[in-house]
Amino acid sequence: MMRFLLLFSRQGKLRLQKWFLPLPEREKKKIIRDMVAMVLARKPRTCNFLHWRDLKIVYKRYASLYFCCGLEEQDNELLALEVLHRYVELLDKYFGNVCELDIIFNFEKAYFILDEFLMGGEIQETSKLSISKSIEASDMLQEVRGSVQAPYQSYQSQAASKKAIT
Amino acid sequence: FRQSDNGARTHNLAKLLYVHMLGYPAHFGQMECVRLIASPRYSEKRIGYLGAMMLLDEKQDASLLITNSIKNDLSHSSQHVQSLALCTLACMGSAEMCRDLAPEIERLLGASDSYIKKKAILCAVHIVRKIPELGELYTPLACSLLSEKNHGVLHSAVVLITELCERNPDTLRQFRKTVPELVHIMKGLIMSGYSPEHNVAGISDPFLQVRILRLLRILGRCNDAASDAMNDLLAQVATNTDSSKTAGSAVLYETVLTVMDIRSESGLRVLAVNILGRFLLNNDRNIRYISMTSLQKIVQTDHTAVQRHRGTIVDCLKDQDASVKRRALELSLALVSATNIRTMMKELLVFLSTCPPELRAHTASGIFIAAERYAPSQRWHIDTILHVLITAGGDVRDETVPNLIKLITTASELHCYTVLKLYRALITDISQQSLVQVACWCIGEYGDLLLKGECDDIEPMQLTEDDVLDALETVLQSHMSSPASRAFALTATMKLSTRITNNVDRIRSIVSIYGSCIDVELQQRAVEYNALFKKYDHMRAAVLERMPVIDKSSPGDTLGDLTGEVTKDSSMSKPVPGGSTLPLEPASQAFDLLDLLGQTDTVPEASHAESAAAPDPAGPSTGRDLLDLLGGLETTVVPSVTVYEKGGVSLKLQCDSQTETAVTLTFTACNSTQNDITKFTLQAAVPKSIQLQMKAPSGSVLPAGGHSAITQTVVLSNPSKTNLKMRVRLSYSNQGMVCQDTVQIDSFPSPAWT
Repeated sequence: MMRFLLLFSRQGKLRLQKWFLPLPEREKKKIIRDMVAMVLARKPRTCNFLHWRDLKIVYKRYASLYFCCGLEEQDNELLALEVLHRYVELLDKYFGNVCELDIIFNFEKAYFILDEFLMGGEIQETSKLSISKSIEASDMLQEVRGSVQAPYQSYQSQAASKKAIT
Repeated sequence: FRQSDNGARTHNLAKLLYVHMLGYPAHFGQMECVRLIASPRYSEKRIGYLGAMMLLDEKQDASLLITNSIKNDLSHSSQHVQSLALCTLACMGSAEMCRDLAPEIERLLGASDSYIKKKAILCAVHIVRKIPELGELYTPLACSLLSEKNHGVLHSAVVLITELCERNPDTLRQFRKTVPELVHIMKGLIMSGYSPEHNVAGISDPFLQVRILRLLRILGRCNDAASDAMNDLLAQVATNTDSSKTAGSAVLYETVLTVMDIRSESGLRVLAVNILGRFLLNNDRNIRYISMTSLQKIVQTDHTAVQRHRGTIVDCLKDQDASVKRRALELSLALVSATNIRTMMKELLVFLSTCPPELRAHTASGIFIAAERYAPSQRWHIDTILHVLITAGGDVRDETVPNLIKLITTASELHCYTVLKLYRALITDISQQSLVQVACWCIGEYGDLLLKGECDDIEPMQLTEDDVLDALETVLQSHMSSPASRAFALTATMKLSTRITNNVDRIRSIVSIYGSCIDVELQQRAVEYNALFKKYDHMRAAVLERMPVIDKSSPGDTLGDLTGEVTKDSSMSKPVPGGSTLPLEPASQAFDLLDLLGQTDTVPEASHAESAAAPDPAGPSTGRDLLDLLGGLETTVVPSVTVYEKGGVSLKLQCDSQTETAVTLTFTACNSTQNDITKFTLQAAVPKSIQLQMKAPSGSVLPAGGHSAITQTVVLSNPSKTNLKMRVRLSYSNQGMVCQDTVQIDSFPSPAWT
């Protein structure tokens, strides 16, 4: 299973972190530091696989973002590269020509997409189409529910502003 | 957060999560998460669950509060809400939460909607990982899940079965009957036409294929019937899969791993190794790395097959990438054998001169081990070690210096050759400390050969005594020399005083200068040597005589290095015996005279007494070793008595030396059975009036067939000259069984008193 998935920029800023194993805060911070240091130190045309403690680390660079995941001994590294690629494709489809800014400003959506694709460190769904459909459906649900409440909200804010004036 | 403005709550929490990602503490948001999860609105639930996954983990108390919310949401009408709950549970569910919610998950496994089913299955996987006993709950359902059509559900089902089989061997047996079904599914995947939904670079659903192959691997391990059923399929996958893109290579890689692990037929194994060989020639570094990792795993079993690809592997040593280099190095070291040692060593030495610094130490030690095992001649061996020292002397381990010295002393015909080579190396470069140390020692020992200047194998050099002394003085005065190297050089200078004839005065002056050196070790030596010159001049020749050939089987030799450093460290002059931590058995038999005497950490007095007479001949680490040998040389041959013989293990007692009040005994243990005996320890007890001191044993492993023995020295001091009695307890582990035995020794071999 995948132990963690990290996304960070070329400057070492973390953009997304997903942990599939419970770890104390300290340990998480240490792993992030180590990963960023190791991956950023790699030269351009080198192998995408590293060995760290007892895990295999697979990383791939897409434009200005590094996608880095930690695998266990049994896992297939080449397949992990495919998993990372599949995730990028999903993000691309959702945001339309995704770039780092999209992930910065809509990080919760990136997480939702990830949660539709991976769960518990394993792949949930192998079909791109299926995942896109389910994300669209949940977004619809969010919007519908949101719009139902909207008049109520605006009424409340009107009431509040009236109160403030008087 | 204190404001309960509905619209802003989600935004606030989202902001908090972003802040958390930047690394700031965000624990005050946990209660907000709990509240949001309980809210009826989907958008709030979504953010709430995300917050829970990020901020809460099983160690937090707040995680228990959401258990109820999750439970309710699992039965929610909307499948999206259900999926949120399942996702959160799978991500951060603690053991208690899992236990509470396991039956719910089981219910969902039977749901008709594939969307929920696949998530429920992965949740079950998480639960099984947390609490393996609950696996039984899900086993019956797992079998039926394999007949699903939906790839997502199928994939999750395979993961669940893999997880169940890995945890429980009974379940494994149960699932073996699913092998034909899995084979059928795989065949369907390979043979099916283009399916746009699942296609990745021409491979139909590689994720599922790899997962099934992995499950087949687990099912086929150590089981012939299952392995036979898959042979066909594996051959088909191996030949038909297109490996031009990563997806195809991933599938092929998994196939190779599976073939290697199960009981496959030899043709299939050859096919697998050939695939790996093909990977090695691939331009893509990733694939080369992968193939080398796999080859590393199989090099032990299929050695000849891997040897075929040795050329390519050695070429990879020159690759730019550090990971590839590391893999290639390990594989090359594993491939070294008696036949290819010369060629391989050439490559490895070239690699050593160009390799990145972090790999140097590993390479150097690998070269030494290989040279030790397969050296075709002693001269070649010495040459190789010298080459390594010249190139990477700073990165070798400390034991190399004494090992090399031992090696040189045994190769007596090569002394002249060696010392000339070392001298040349020394005058070119004195920065590599290990090289300097060895060179100084050799010059000291064989200085006369050096001055003779003639040797068959190497071009002669005409040296005067001044040249030699100049070289040694340079070492002494250089700021690059470590204190140990200076010590070596000083001793070498001293030894030369007997070997050379003209410049003895120069030596005396050098030595007396260091009598006031700041470094205490050097000062002590210089003062002692000065004393040798002044008062004991008549003894000088005898004391500084040539070193005897060092016995290779003495404790702390290279074999000890190879098997484990623990043995070596314990056999050095630390007298902490092996058996002191275990308590003696309670006095069930009436042996009131015997009690367990505490073992202390006193420095061995015996060897110290001997050291006062002769100055430390070589560096501190080798000193004790050689000192014990010098001490040992003085003993007379005394017959050894077998005190214990049972079950193939024999214990002999030999009395080494005896004075008025002390006697030194040596126990030798030998194993004549077919199996190696491990954790061999001796404990001894003596009457109250006698003091017992046990030195460290030479090891704790007795190899089979009586090839080598464990020795342990015991010093008894008997000031009141009572009757000497001793009770010895042996304990060892033979094939997993722990055996213990006690033997009483009443009579000691002469010259001990009776």
